[in-house]
Amino acid sequence: MPERKPVVTENPWRPLSAWTDARIGLGRAGISLPTREMLAFQLAHAQARDAVHLPLDTDRLMAGLEELTGSRKTLLRHDPVHLQSQACDRITYLQRPDLGRRLSSQSSEELDRRGHTGASPADLALVIADGLSSYGVQQNAIAFLEALLTDIEADDQSWELAPLVVVSQGRVAIGDDVGHRLNARCVVVLIGERPGLSSPDSLGLYLTWQPGPGLTDASRNCISNIRLAGLSWGEASRRLMYLLREARRQKVSGVPLKDRSEETVIEQGIGNFLLR
Amino acid sequence: MYRYSLGERRWQFATLAELMAKATPARSGDRLAGVIAHTAEERVVAQMALADLPLKTFLNEALIPYEQDEVTRLILDDHDPGAFEPVAHLTVGDFRNWLLSDLATPEMLASVRAGITPEMAAAVSKIMRNQDLILVAAKCRVQTAFRSTIGLPGRMSTRLQPNHPTDDITGIAASILDGLLYGSGDAVIGINPATDNVAQSVRLLRLMDEVIRKYEIPTQSCVLTHVTNTLEAIEQKAPVDLVFQSIGGTEATNRSFGFDLATLAEARDAALSLNRGTVGQNVMYFETGQGSSLSADAHHGVDQQTCEARAYAVARKFEPLLVNTVVGFIGPEYLFDGKEITRAGLEDHFCGKLLGLPMGCDICYTNHAEADQNDMDNLLTLLGVAGCHFIMGIPGSDDIMLNYQTTSFHDALYLRRVLDKRPAPEFEQWLTRMQIFRDTEGKVPADALPDAFRESLARLPEGQNNA
Repeated sequence: MPERKPVVTENPWRPLSAWTDARIGLGRAGISLPTREMLAFQLAHAQARDAVHLPLDTDRLMAGLEELTGSRKTLLRHDPVHLQSQACDRITYLQRPDLGRRLSSQSSEELDRRGHTGASPADLALVIADGLSSYGVQQNAIAFLEALLTDIEADDQSWELAPLVVVSQGRVAIGDDVGHRLNARCVVVLIGERPGLSSPDSLGLYLTWQPGPGLTDASRNCISNIRLAGLSWGEASRRLMYLLREARRQKVSGVPLKDRSEETVIEQGIGNFLLR
Repeated sequence: MYRYSLGERRWQFATLAELMAKATPARSGDRLAGVIAHTAEERVVAQMALADLPLKTFLNEALIPYEQDEVTRLILDDHDPGAFEPVAHLTVGDFRNWLLSDLATPEMLASVRAGITPEMAAAVSKIMRNQDLILVAAKCRVQTAFRSTIGLPGRMSTRLQPNHPTDDITGIAASILDGLLYGSGDAVIGINPATDNVAQSVRLLRLMDEVIRKYEIPTQSCVLTHVTNTLEAIEQKAPVDLVFQSIGGTEATNRSFGFDLATLAEARDAALSLNRGTVGQNVMYFETGQGSSLSADAHHGVDQQTCEARAYAVARKFEPLLVNTVVGFIGPEYLFDGKEITRAGLEDHFCGKLLGLPMGCDICYTNHAEADQNDMDNLLTLLGVAGCHFIMGIPGSDDIMLNYQTTSFHDALYLRRVLDKRPAPEFEQWLTRMQIFRDTEGKVPADALPDAFRESLARLPEGQNNA
């Protein structure tokens, strides 16, 4: 049989993709993306879109938190609470970040009704918000909290915890509102991060000392990229504990509080092979 | 007070800023700022009122007070009445007609440039349809150079963007190789560093400088770090080609970015003193994008597109090699969907070109915007027709560091084919000389690995180079 010239031109440097997640060496059909690569991209984008738009399964999350509370009664002495921001749906949430930063009036009344508003001071409030990735919360929040609560129990100082709070349609700054109402000295928001094409399931942590109205990102410390293929739950908890202890000691968070717990990055690859 | 009568109805707009904002095609950022027209009809009435406004109004009435804002001072102090003379008698509406007419030749457009303020450009853009924005931009000729010449007719360049989430040297080198072998990188090889400090910037600058020198690539490098970091890198004798900075259209925006006009002047002088360009000495690379002033709470009630146009006054003061409007990165609270992103990209490109800037566009979107690859294909094609100077080039459209999608190496080749565009001449010759492309016009990549790169790849660790 006569040999046919292949339609897709493969790239001989494709093996370099062993050293990077970048989509290199994809090959080409003419000068265009081959079908296989085009569809792989579409799948990744579809997953990222779903992460943004599929609602957080709050029933499942609340059940998980109730179980967690039940198994750690000395640390968690209140039932978890489910609240709502002022953004009534996803489309509003995406266009009005200001509404995602404030609790709805029903939710603030709920806190009043349960007697949490202005309760005796807590050392720490933990707030879980769906943010921009329900996948990120669904796949990481409970497992991360397991690790964190274990570390908190093992710490040499005691931590008085406010009730665990879940906020639907919440932005990072909703933690300032919630933490302030709960009379917490410090708040940590666990939030689904804006999904990347290859990381639709990432959870981020934002720590604020003395949460209250009018704070900006300059008052927060962030730990990012918590997911199976990224920062592990245990490592994230270790780094957060460092920040929590330092925030409590220095009574500060954000820019003045430097994260020195991060290990130095060791170069993984083979250097700049282009210069050999 | 600006008034307009339509039949029995009387409309009022309290300030020039309100009139401009309400005349702006709808977008989420103006809604968020509370400056958007309340109804579709109010928008068109505002456009009609704006069309009747003499262009001279913008020289007499500052949207942001002269005393409060150094960008306003820059705009008004640098205005050239001589250049303005041919259009000085026009209203905004007549200015649109004039721009579209055969009176506005490329030469004429170049000669009136210094007489046009960003607010005039923004105002006329608000009453132009997409095809108007494309037609006039295509008539504007701007040319800049460093080691390659950007903006020649029939050319379209690319920024090779080899970002990596941990600045891993191997990962960055792999993306650079991928890009070069797809003919990308004639505008600049530019890295957004994951770790933003001086030491890291110097490390990345050396990496790119060594590659550019070894392969004698007629292009320039840039680390997209803060201008003050680049200044320090220059003091440390790092090989700096271009100084980068994100800029906005108000003094307060720029202060929130941590610089003022004096900082940019100092950095430009420092880069010029290195004298590293071969065919030109445009040493600045600026990025902009609608929404940055609102995001910094520094918009003074001015709509986001007008704020963006004012950023171009900052840019043109410093004779940049490249100005890049990063149109879809900021998110859906400023530009909601593909339609708003497309409109903004065309507006920015038009306003920049009219003011004499070497405009490129980061044609992009995030995963929480209502946009997809088809929207990017559309804007890419439209901007290609409009004569956009450069676009981004990234492996497979996926920026694994910044977590957004922009144009790929493949996308640039698509545009070159359908619109018969070529890379910068110096780079085009290099592509042929290096056997990277089979033709002499930068359109047909070679099937085989070019000799110059064969050696680098052959020395990869065992078992990795023949999968």
